[in-house]
Amino acid sequence: MKARVTVTLKSGILDPQGKAIEGALKSLGVDGVASVRQGKVFDIELADSDRAKAEAALKDAADKLLANTVIENYRVELL
Amino acid sequence: MKSAVLVFPGINRERDMARALKLISGKEPAMVWHAETSLPSGTDLVVVPGGFSYGDYLRCGAIAARAPIMNAVGDFAAKGGLVLGVCNGFQILCEAGLLPGVLMRNAEIKFVCRNAHLRVERSDTPFTRGYNAGQVIRVPVAHGEGNYEADEETLKRLEGEGRVLYRYCSADGVVGEASNFNGAAHSIAGIVNDGGNVLGMMPHPENHVEDIMGCTDGRGLFAGLVQHLEKAA
Repeated sequence: MKARVTVTLKSGILDPQGKAIEGALKSLGVDGVASVRQGKVFDIELADSDRAKAEAALKDAADKLLANTVIENYRVELL
Repeated sequence: MKSAVLVFPGINRERDMARALKLISGKEPAMVWHAETSLPSGTDLVVVPGGFSYGDYLRCGAIAARAPIMNAVGDFAAKGGLVLGVCNGFQILCEAGLLPGVLMRNAEIKFVCRNAHLRVERSDTPFTRGYNAGQVIRVPVAHGEGNYEADEETLKRLEGEGRVLYRYCSADGVVGEASNFNGAAHSIAGIVNDGGNVLGMMPHPENHVEDIMGCTDGRGLFAGLVQHLEKAA
């Protein structure tokens, strides 16, 4: 089973990398960009095909390692 | 003072740290590999040195913070053992949950390598007793992610409990935007945990301990730890 964990910065957390990308997009003349926030995507293959178990394992992975929940939120999707 | 310096893949300041510890305490520290599950018996001080553990993959310090040796460090700290984390070591201690908050990318997204002035906020702790409260010391910094951030409540607690031990300042001790080169909340350069026995700091005191380095302002931190342990013994 394939899954995706998306990690994003919580709102209110300063994201200098996102700001720099936003600035670069504006200088390239890409229209209509109001703001950019950078995050991370983890594509994960699971041995187990039980959806409930998979979801629990992915949440465990995100809490223990993939996200720093002081500053980041995460979203788990089974594909 | 019996110290143990942790070694993770990608760490590169462990020998500077070991040299400073040997110089000031007179004892060779034990170098402890990350895959170990226990600290040498009789350890007085655990040092998590600087560098780029695991190439800063995922987040700075994130992988190292989950290494086997960190469970032993957690137990050691819970019993009141002294732990010092410098630079990447500070990031590792935050990721391991031994210190609150997080080190974010420097506000101007640049790696900063230079001397910084630090104001020692109090002198009545094991990590600062080698200095006077309010003293300004000059210590090198070299980091890309040293911008300390925590939620408002945590910052309020850190300030209220006097847990900010080192703050970025000007040469004459003024704290403000001009000297806060990485954008850290409240110009924080170093904090302790609620037990006061775990210090994390971004600057490198181990790099200012000998005349040949051009400055010896970092010695006070280590000399203070030695004094503290001698007094306790």
